[in-house]
Amino acid sequence: MEQILDVTQSLIEYTTLICITGVAASVIILLYRAIKGPTNPDRAVALDIIGINLMALAGLIAILLVTTKFNDVILLIGILLFIGTVALAKFLEKGVIIERDMD
Amino acid sequence: MTRTNDIILRTTTTLIAFILLGFSIYLFFAGHNKPGGGFIGGLMTSAAFVLMYMAYGFRSLQKILPINFRFVIPVGLIIAVATGIGSFIFGEPFLSQTFAYFQLPVLGKTELATALLFDLGVYLTVIGVTMTIILTIANDRGEER
Repeated sequence: MEQILDVTQSLIEYTTLICITGVAASVIILLYRAIKGPTNPDRAVALDIIGINLMALAGLIAILLVTTKFNDVILLIGILLFIGTVALAKFLEKGVIIERDMD
Repeated sequence: MTRTNDIILRTTTTLIAFILLGFSIYLFFAGHNKPGGGFIGGLMTSAAFVLMYMAYGFRSLQKILPINFRFVIPVGLIIAVATGIGSFIFGEPFLSQTFAYFQLPVLGKTELATALLFDLGVYLTVIGVTMTIILTIANDRGEER
């Protein structure tokens, strides 16, 4: 019984480490797209996805460190990303983010 | 070009802005012991304001929130400095803080800390600075503000 517990714990640890490596690699590839990206929408979408990967990294590190203190941080990054996505969509569609007169 | 339709954005903003304001108040009161505090609470509040500005435009938000955010900055700074100076009354060094437990009617046993007052100053300052920066960048025509 003890041995099974040990195996599952190390399994979680190794899985989390592998996931962190994958997400970090994708962040590096996205950084290339954000810097090089041919057009501005490419850069904006790349920055958006970097934020999503940041959320994933925070969650994975919370699993690795066995703590619940990161939950607020994850929610916070999610909310700021939502604002960013709305602003990005509005910029791509209208070219202006805060208008003077809507109607 | 056809007229754009943003009814989904407007409808969700009415809900999400209140969720954001509630979360910012939670973060504000969670500070100085847990993740949270005045800075990130103010950032959340200004995120809610920016979302409302994006959904409803500048003119109508001036009617709903008739606040000149430039005057919020000195108010917050004065509160923060006043809590620091207040420690002189008790013969303590500048910015020293204390806390105590009180029995409040609804909340039960509550921890009240003077760091919360300092956080209030930080909160107002962050709201003022963030909103001033974003609104100044948003209308760059040199129009009246």
